[in-house]
Amino acid sequence: MLVTVTVNGVERSADVEPRLLLVHLLREVLGLTGTNVGCDTTSCGACTVHLDGQSVKSCTVLAVQADGSSVTTIEGMAHDGEMHPMQQAFMENHGLQCGYCTPGMVMAASALISEVEAEGRTLDEAAVREGLEGNLCRCTGYQNIVSAVLACARGELGDGTGVQVRDRQEVPA
Amino acid sequence: MTATEPRTDEATKVTGTRLLRKEDPALLTGEGRYTDDLQIPGALHMSVVRSPFAHARITSIDTADALASPGVVAVYTGADLADLWADQMPMAWQVTEDMHNPPHFPVTQDTARYVGDAVAVVLAESSVAARDAVDLVDVDYDPLPAVVDLEAALTDEVVIHESAGTNKAYTWDLEIDEAAVAKAFDEAAHTVTGHFVQQRLLPMPMEPRAVACVPEPFGGGLTLYSATQIPHILKVMTAVTLGMSEADIRVVAPSVGGGFGSKLEVYAEEMLCTALAHKLRRPVRWLEERSENAQATIHGRGQIQEIDLAADADGKVTGVRVRLLADMGAYLQLITPGIPLLGSFLYCGVYDIPAFSFTCTGVFTTMTPTDAYRGAGRPEATYAIERGMDLLAREVGVDPAEIRRRNYITHDQFPYTAVTGLEYDSGNHESAAQIALDMAGYDDLRAEQAKRREEGGTRHLGIGMSSYFEMCGLAPSRVLASLNYSAGGWESATVRMMPTGKVQVVSGATPHGQGHETSWSMIVADKLGVSPDDVEVLHSDTNTSPHGMDTYGSRSLPVGGVAVALACDQVIDKAKQIAAHQMEASADDLELSGGVFTVRGSPDKEMPMAAVAFEAFTAHDLPDGVEPNLTAQVTYDPPNFSWPFGTHVCAVEVDEETGAVEVRDYVAVDDCGTQINPMIVEGQVHGGIVQGLAQALFEEAVYDADGNLQAGSLAEYLVPAAPDVPPMRLGHSVTPSPTNSLGVKGVGEAGTIGAASTVINAVVDALSHKGVTEMRMPASPLHVWEALQAARGGDGEGLTAEGATDTAGADRDAPSDSLQADQGGAS
Ligand code: FES
Ligand code: FES
Repeated sequence: MLVTVTVNGVERSADVEPRLLLVHLLREVLGLTGTNVGCDTTSCGACTVHLDGQSVKSCTVLAVQADGSSVTTIEGMAHDGEMHPMQQAFMENHGLQCGYCTPGMVMAASALISEVEAEGRTLDEAAVREGLEGNLCRCTGYQNIVSAVLACARGELGDGTGVQVRDRQEVPA
Repeated sequence: MTATEPRTDEATKVTGTRLLRKEDPALLTGEGRYTDDLQIPGALHMSVVRSPFAHARITSIDTADALASPGVVAVYTGADLADLWADQMPMAWQVTEDMHNPPHFPVTQDTARYVGDAVAVVLAESSVAARDAVDLVDVDYDPLPAVVDLEAALTDEVVIHESAGTNKAYTWDLEIDEAAVAKAFDEAAHTVTGHFVQQRLLPMPMEPRAVACVPEPFGGGLTLYSATQIPHILKVMTAVTLGMSEADIRVVAPSVGGGFGSKLEVYAEEMLCTALAHKLRRPVRWLEERSENAQATIHGRGQIQEIDLAADADGKVTGVRVRLLADMGAYLQLITPGIPLLGSFLYCGVYDIPAFSFTCTGVFTTMTPTDAYRGAGRPEATYAIERGMDLLAREVGVDPAEIRRRNYITHDQFPYTAVTGLEYDSGNHESAAQIALDMAGYDDLRAEQAKRREEGGTRHLGIGMSSYFEMCGLAPSRVLASLNYSAGGWESATVRMMPTGKVQVVSGATPHGQGHETSWSMIVADKLGVSPDDVEVLHSDTNTSPHGMDTYGSRSLPVGGVAVALACDQVIDKAKQIAAHQMEASADDLELSGGVFTVRGSPDKEMPMAAVAFEAFTAHDLPDGVEPNLTAQVTYDPPNFSWPFGTHVCAVEVDEETGAVEVRDYVAVDDCGTQINPMIVEGQVHGGIVQGLAQALFEEAVYDADGNLQAGSLAEYLVPAAPDVPPMRLGHSVTPSPTNSLGVKGVGEAGTIGAASTVINAVVDALSHKGVTEMRMPASPLHVWEALQAARGGDGEGLTAEGATDTAGADRDAPSDSLQADQGGAS
């Protein structure tokens, strides 16, 4: 079946098997391997991406369900050589160790902040912990992840770390 | 060519600062390259057919349907592959002469010995085709009885390996002075005995295992990519197992998504991908599914412990006796039998104990093999002695903090030769404990507890503490030799100052999240006076880093990091000779500060290291006998282990009605010697604590009596999520290790070693006024309820093993509901 998805701002089409999952469309067909797979039970959150602005576990969405939608992956978060504030917050707060859960965490956390802002709520520590319940991390004990998300929500970021990153808006062919 | 600007200000010293990690930008933007991210054109995908029975004879395998399935290229049984192996799967720790190391091949031939044992493999053009075909391989099994109970296994009613003739793998004694132990118990004013179960745990790194083996386009060589902690060891073991030349195998560990010991291993799938890529001269890759990770990646812990403490009237411990049964699982993996031995040295904990005996029996069962899991033997040991100290405090009638105070090896006793013969290099236990108790507000907590007990109620406050030693820096090679371990404990480092003044470091330590690149850069930056940004660290590829002993046992910094520092020292020595020659001064008069050599007494003369590097590169004017280039290679074998230590204290609330345990506060004071990057230290401690806390409260690899793993996925196995764990408060003291020039000790396992006993001591303490003295880990609502029942004189009967399984595997949102269901069933 033909699916057309706008991924990180670029429209992509592919002919896929109906059973293909969105995560495999991203990783295997489109070559965007930043999104990771950690489980086969929708439990770990490593595969979290934004689908039309909402955070979803991409191992739980069929590629065909995403037809006509817009998807943002971790590769689409940095812009103009600057990390997204959530990425910067993770770096500054040591919110990652092995980095395997990290793309999913960053996607879930950034969606959480938008959601909470849209509802006019403020994020406190308990709300961050609840909000990230679907994303497992085995390395960090979560403490620094929670600190990172709170720092980002409160705008408490350093003056940029001087870290330049490669702009990955262009989907590799 | 221009030299990079040297850092000339001593105030810019980077070690000891919270420098942000160099590793992070790539990992944060999706540029991390984990093994399964590698694009390998033309690769065949492997899938493994696994036994659904814990123990069964394989009577026939029909592969015809699978072979006919679209995209399938080959299907192999154990018999088909038998010729590929020059040796059986590697096992590196023959702990006793008579230890049984039964035949173990990547695919079993006639008998399956655990659920998940490989019985055939499929190769196909896509992963989907390979997985589909697995279901079409028709295997006939003749089921045999499973053995999941260690005591039952020791009766040998069902023997798992006919070649061994028994399920006893070995019995190992740490023989010291049996008479002294007997005397201590004869003369004791107090004795206590603890029976503890170290439940099996699933290591569960977030990245499942992944392997890809690619034949080189020319010659017979192969590159094996694997999500491994041990590329160097894996390379040697692959050569031995496949009977290949080491020169033909290159092992690369790309980004690795956590290991916790479970990737300190040589796995069947690594051997299979390599052997099949070699045989077919095509790339072969394999990616583990999470449920396979639960079944076929090693498990941790799995011990039954009995510990006796003898003490005088004051509660001063005079003797400790330990007997262990250690669950090996169905086969011996790389260091399976040695894990309890590593722990044996820590059963005396941080206490001044004059008499000790230890005996351990390794037992085969029809379950997944066990091996190293975060702490590897040491969390188990610490748990036993720290639970034992609480039992003793109660027996003697003093506070748990006081019983420890009376027994600590005191600061002035270091260096201290333990009864086990090991020398503890440094420690300051009283001080670390006091900091932790103060931070936790221990006295106030006790007062609150007394008040609440007076008031009654069903929500109980418990306070737990635990003091620990960690045996890091594995290890002096001679000590490993004395334990029959078949490798050394050194680490290798090369430091090269390049003509531009940038520095390249090659390290044999292989990180999987610990931030080695950042820490090594910091060490080099301060030694050579360059910016950490100008240091490049190469690792995890046996072509660029041919010598290494890899990363496990908190050895990277105290062995690998020290090797880097020593190599820098050698680079400096050489640079000094060149600089002295160029400045026409005596090398003895040269001083290096901030990357610049100056001459004592001649303030106008100076030469930056980078300029020396350039001179060493052009080699136009070097002193006689000095070779070009600033390069040094060091292989460092530590003279001793390093001994980090600390005390953890926590406060828990236990709800008697629901059995729910909530950790209200967690304080950890760890002393890992000099800290290179305190931010990384804290991250390691946080993660470690949560793994220990998870053993205490959530995790268990439950098997049913037929040997089926009941918690085989992340849906059923409770890896804690963010709401499940408390914020942690960390303190530290700094007692530099006198063993190495950096004063570092290691910290990766500290949190895990301290946490389980701290939490369980608190849970038992919460219910102690109800008569509870024991708590089976994990302290799930069911186990809390059982402990309360036992204390009330009920025995919790009517609860089946399945009941336990249900709770252990319950939805994390509804522990109290499932408990109520169980209670309903029991009453
Ligand atoms: S891979 Fe999607 S939730 Fe685990
Ligand atoms: S950083 Fe390793 S799993 Fe989260």
